[in-house]
Parts: sequence; C-alpha cells; structure tokens
Amino acid sequence: MLLIPCPFCGEREESEFHQGGEAHIVRPKDPDELSDAEWADYLFLRKNTKGLFLERWVHLHGCRRWFNMARNTATNEIIAVYKMGAQPPKAAINKPPKTAVDKPPKAVGKGAKK
Amino acid sequence: MVDGYLRQSPLAHLHLDARAANDINVTDAGLMLGERRHVGMINLRGEPADPAFAAAVKKAVGVALPDGINRSSGKPLSIHILALGPDEWLIVCPPGTEDSIFGKMTKAMKPLHAAVTMSSEARTVIQLAGTDARNGLAKGCPLDLHPRAFGPGQCAQSILGRADILIHQTGSNAGSSDASYDLFVLRSFAEYVWTWLEDAGREYGVKVFSPAEK
Ligand SMILES: [Zn+2]
Repeated sequence: MLLIPCPFCGEREESEFHQGGEAHIVRPKDPDELSDAEWADYLFLRKNTKGLFLERWVHLHGCRRWFNMARNTATNEIIAVYKMGAQPPKAAINKPPKTAVDKPPKAVGKGAKK
Repeated sequence: MVDGYLRQSPLAHLHLDARAANDINVTDAGLMLGERRHVGMINLRGEPADPAFAAAVKKAVGVALPDGINRSSGKPLSIHILALGPDEWLIVCPPGTEDSIFGKMTKAMKPLHAAVTMSSEARTVIQLAGTDARNGLAKGCPLDLHPRAFGPGQCAQSILGRADILIHQTGSNAGSSDASYDLFVLRSFAEYVWTWLEDAGREYGVKVFSPAEK
C-alpha cells in the first residue's frame, strides 16, 4: 500500500486513488493533418517505462481532483506530485532514480572485513 | 425540490425510531448510531481567490468559508460548510431551511463565476458517537483518525468498507476516547453503511438513538 501525497488533501492511502496513465500528452493542434498512425499513437500508445515515469493520478474517493506524479515504477518511490498544467519540478526529474535491484548488503558482524 | 410529504429516508425501512425507543435504557454501548434525516445540503463551486466570492457566501449563508480544504466552519447542528476540495464546498443546513438558503445563494452567486447545486436528496447523515466511535470507524476507513491527525472541525472524503463517504468530526471529549462524527452517505449506500457499522460495533455494543434536531 502506497501513501500518496494528494496536492490538496495531504497523505492518503492508495485505495482512495486511481492511476490515469502517462502524463503530459498534448492533443495535436490539427488532428486532420495527422496520418492514421500518428493519430493512433496520440490516442492509444503509451510508454511503459521502468524507472522514472510522469503519470496522472486522481484522488477518486477523496477530493476527486486530478494531479501529476513523478514515480519510479521499479521501486514505487514517489519523487514528486504537482498540479495539472504544471511542469514536473526539475529537482525531481534530475534525481537519479533508485533501481529495483539493490546491491547485496554489506557483510556485518563476525567475519566481516574491516 | 421534493414535496415534503414524499420525502423518505433511505433507512426508513429499518424503523430506527422504534429501535431507539427500545435501546433507550442501554448504558454500556461503546458505539452509538443514529440517522439525521433530511438534512439540507447544497453543493457549491467557485473561485476562492476571488474576495467577492468569499464575501458573498458569508453574506448569503451567514457562515464564512472554512480556512482550508477538509475543514469545516459553522456549528454542526446549525448551518455549516465543509470544504471538499480546492474549489468545492458543501453547505449543510438544518432540515427545512435548505430552500431559503439555496434561494439566497443562487442570487448571491449570479454575478460570479460559481455554481450552486441542491443535493439534499443525494445523501443521508449517519451520526456516530461514543467511546468506540473512532475504533468502529477505523475498522473500515483508510484515514488516520488518531486525534493528532484528525479532530473536531475536520472533514474528509474517503472510503468506509466499499462505500464512498464524507466524514465530519463534530466533537470529542478531552481526556477520553469519546468522539462524534457525521457520516454523509450516498442514498443507495445508506443501508450498506448502516449495517456495516452495526456489524463493526458488535464487539463494543451498539445503541441506536434518535439525534436531536434544533
Ligand atoms: Zn485529494
């Protein structure tokens, strides 16, 4: 269970939220100019990133507002939440995401090398 | 608006007044449950940054907007306002007063970028009180209800069991675990939530009461 910081309500449990897919997809200015492939790309094709991902969430059972989240999809670390229409905070995006594969823990106790 | 004589609580078939009469001498219940019927509710959307908006609400309703989201202003049994989101509020008023407040509000909001919607029939209010009100609620609600996180004057929309609810903590007693809540429950979920609460309260003892209206 994730604790998600809604930009309006503060930290709430994941069960109150719904994920809404990739964020920052801009509707093409002139859809008539697009090929079928380009239109399909806009409409249906989404990234499936392992690591830092910008996505939309809605506080469905709470304040019912949409917002954006920068999340590491491998570790579930929530790096930042920010309001709809805003750009992701730079600090969050530049932060090197932690990987799911952790380094083996250092040996401790008896027999550990000093 | 519904004609008064057609109004029926979604819990009418549970005959709660008869049960309250039956439970009147129960003194060892940890969880007290009652229904406030036909409470007036008016949904309000508007621009909180516009000073004219806040002033117009206060003038029309007699209660100022709450200080922040998920907070309440006014008195629980009288007119009060619950802040549901950054630009959304619920004006809650005693049964029978909603038409006049709705009229005043629509007039006051006319020159502003705002929406006023009567929603009294959408929900009923279940009152929760007693030494185990918090414990009973916490069994099925993901909110942190501990006094350090949630207290009188705070409200929140969340989940209870499988139903969406709006919780407003109306009171607490210093030095005891007593807490009281108003649960705003959508009509079609009212029986589910009521029976869920009765089930949750079995280990503490449940007493049904008839809430007093002003
Ligand atoms: Zn929220």
